[in-house]
Amino acid sequence: MTLDWKLGGVLLGLVFFAAVLLVKPIGVSTQFVILNGIVTDVVNPEFITQTDEGYTSTNAYMAKSNGKYAKNAANPVNYSFIFVLAMMAGAALSAFGRGLDREDKRLPAIWKANFGDTPWKRYAVAFLGGFIVLYGARLAGGCTSGHMMSGMMQTALSGYIFAAGAFLAAIPTAMMLYKEG
Amino acid sequence: MQIVLAIVIGAAFGAVLDRIGATNPTVISGMLTLRRIRLMKTILLAIGTGSILMFAGQMAGLVDVGHMSVKTAYVGVFIGGLLLGAGWAASGYCPGTGVCAAASGRKDALFFVAGGLLGAAAYMATYPAWKASGLLDGIAGGKVTLGAVPGSKFDGLFAISGDLLGIVLGAVFVLVAFVLPDNLTGGKTPAEVPAE
Repeated sequence: MTLDWKLGGVLLGLVFFAAVLLVKPIGVSTQFVILNGIVTDVVNPEFITQTDEGYTSTNAYMAKSNGKYAKNAANPVNYSFIFVLAMMAGAALSAFGRGLDREDKRLPAIWKANFGDTPWKRYAVAFLGGFIVLYGARLAGGCTSGHMMSGMMQTALSGYIFAAGAFLAAIPTAMMLYKEG
Repeated sequence: MQIVLAIVIGAAFGAVLDRIGATNPTVISGMLTLRRIRLMKTILLAIGTGSILMFAGQMAGLVDVGHMSVKTAYVGVFIGGLLLGAGWAASGYCPGTGVCAAASGRKDALFFVAGGLLGAAAYMATYPAWKASGLLDGIAGGKVTLGAVPGSKFDGLFAISGDLLGIVLGAVFVLVAFVLPDNLTGGKTPAEVPAE
């Protein structure tokens, strides 16, 4: 069941507000970097190291801003990382509660309407899409959550710049790819 | 305490994203074709609601202005936005909704997350080149809000009250949410979200 947009919008707005009231604005995409950092550090313990002032990494991105990311990857039980894990659990419970269609989980309806029963093509596009989305999000310093929702909510100039770029590319792409459904 | 808040707010965020249809790629890509923009109305209403509550709360002294976290504006924000937009439309996922959909059992979302981790790793590897290019250097003041928010660490782009502007813009978001039709292409709105 999809919520009525008015109820859904107010609920989502209350979540944004609760986040900024109690802790800080919501953001997600940084945690992809943190997870990469955690995994890389397990394989190669030299990747993240502790210094007198805090943490650093052999990767310049992990080490930037005085090792902020390196520190979070070295201590995964931190607010932002747990937030994303909890978000996944919340979505999974909610989806389980309403019952997702098995067929739609295998292949989304809009893909089927445009490209037929071609799951592997869909998975390839999803993989490639994920690559571009996260590369872009890291270049921009945030994603739909951090820049668009949290950023525009706070009247951040960067949020508006990001939204302009995102929609400028997204709308023509969607129109070209998905003519049906 | 922070961890408890992470669990409560995170779970609420994930559950609401699921219930508004944002974790369904049919809904996201459909929204971006402008044929079915119910979700856009939801999100605009949410941004507006959050904005009004936050700025009104700050004016009333009930919300700690120190919690605001404004990101730097730089040319790379726009380029990154373009890249994200293209991938977002093609896959029907953004980072947050992608991990939620993967956790809900959507198979394509698992591929999205795997691609995302690789994309993030590729950025980690190429970061020094972007840094050297100057495209990550702040523009228009960097970490700025549109108006000047009293008590915040951030400068205002315009010399107007950032609190009031935040409330006014919040109201504009709410208004636009109500005014927008369900379909922006002028055609007939295709059946609401197909059976899930």
